[in-house]
Amino acid sequence: MGLELYLDLLSQPCRAVYIFAKKNNIPFEFKHVELFKDSILGRKMPGGNNPGHSHEGQHYREEFGKVNILKKVPALKDGVFTLAESTAILLYLSRKYNTPDHWYPSDTQKRARVDEYLSWHHTNIRGKAGKTLWIKVLIPLFTGQTLPPEKLQEVMDELAISLKQFEEKFLQDKPFIVGSEISLADLMAIVELMQPIGVGCDIFEDRPKLSEWRNQVEEAVGKELFQEAHELILNIKELGNIQIDPQLKEHLAPLLRKMMK
Amino acid sequence: MGIELYLDLLSPPCRSVYIFAKKNNIPFTFKQMEVLKGQQHSVGFGKVNILRKVPALKDGGFTLAESPAILAYLSQKYKTPDHWYPLDMKKRARVDEYLSWQHSAIRPSVLKIFWLKVVFPLYMDQTAPEEKLQEALEDLAIPLKQLEEKFLQDKPFLVGNMISLADLVAVTELMQLIAIGYNIFEDMPKLVEWRNRVEKAVGKELFQEAHKVILNFQDLNSMLIEPQLKEQMKPRLLKMVA
Repeated sequence: MGLELYLDLLSQPCRAVYIFAKKNNIPFEFKHVELFKDSILGRKMPGGNNPGHSHEGQHYREEFGKVNILKKVPALKDGVFTLAESTAILLYLSRKYNTPDHWYPSDTQKRARVDEYLSWHHTNIRGKAGKTLWIKVLIPLFTGQTLPPEKLQEVMDELAISLKQFEEKFLQDKPFIVGSEISLADLMAIVELMQPIGVGCDIFEDRPKLSEWRNQVEEAVGKELFQEAHELILNIKELGNIQIDPQLKEHLAPLLRKMMK
Repeated sequence: MGIELYLDLLSPPCRSVYIFAKKNNIPFTFKQMEVLKGQQHSVGFGKVNILRKVPALKDGGFTLAESPAILAYLSQKYKTPDHWYPLDMKKRARVDEYLSWQHSAIRPSVLKIFWLKVVFPLYMDQTAPEEKLQEALEDLAIPLKQLEEKFLQDKPFLVGNMISLADLVAVTELMQLIAIGYNIFEDMPKLVEWRNRVEKAVGKELFQEAHKVILNFQDLNSMLIEPQLKEQMKPRLLKMVA
């Protein structure tokens, strides 16, 4: 039973893990999780003491669901070893499969730059870029209400500040965050920044440096793999047609209300 | 010139860096930063960290921000004992997992509570609404349960039998609330024991020294804040209680 990766490619960190594993020819079983269909309520995720993964008869722990409903992916299962958090998963895979040095350089200072970005990313890019999807597509889908344009503007303004910092501190005049080659830092950043693209918020427009970096990352990953990983998010409008389980709607209601404030 | 660490011990991430460096006898120059006085906005500090956050490290021409990065850098450069950031892939992954998770699960709530309880009155000359504090405390309930049930379980420390970076980051963060009077480990004896264990592993003297400023947070009330700085911070503080 080899490596299993639990992924929903709608999720930014899942895409980073997917791209990294594929690009490095890491053999894995793709365990498809569909966050916004029936899966979260019916399926059990790996982690903790769960012996396995089965479709029926396992009840999802209420508590876990409410907080972690969106954080159940990505998840890794390697024999009995389970791991959450995309950063941890990427680092684990890079070590276990001895991936090329540029992904996570052994040079202390270059490595520190990747660590620095991955840490900053959490509070400054992660979540902010993704909010666009919630505001433009998911909240309306779940609640039947569209949000006032100021809400989106608020999110875009906040994102603009982070993007400026990204360009000034992390990218500067380099082709990639750490230097001349792609690393885990670029990968985590790009998948996050593709989220608004999927819903029509073109953050690369009017940002030539960022745009150039995006192209270079796509090229370094390989256009085919990059497009494949982003197929779902780039066709997100189709999501508008899916039936949402009413139980899931109820489950998410408090979280959605909070996001709408 | 050696390493310079720009730290404000009021900040949990700064404490974890401070404790780690001291515990491992890493020679460094302590560059005192007082965030509440706006010192991170100085021209000089901008050259160390353009994002104007602490902790920050300067090692010759190399500058570095973000405590997990600084901790990993120091552990690698000074070849600190393995248990801090184990070479074993799976153990290391557990440290990485915690350090990643805490960013969004623990840190934002702690930050919010600290700002509402301590910083807000300092800048706004009034106390923050109690409901907002309660809300933020409630947000911590589930993450704390997860800390106990998913991360700690029945182990002495988060990753195993010995203290690691994960424990250091976790405890310094949660001490922020304990120090300002919130008994967040009430009814969670496992976490109380773990916290004590971490203090012991660090060394009581060093632990207390690092936490001196936050434990004496009442002294902050006599801090003179420039009116200009107060005005600057107002919008952010008002947003927190909106």
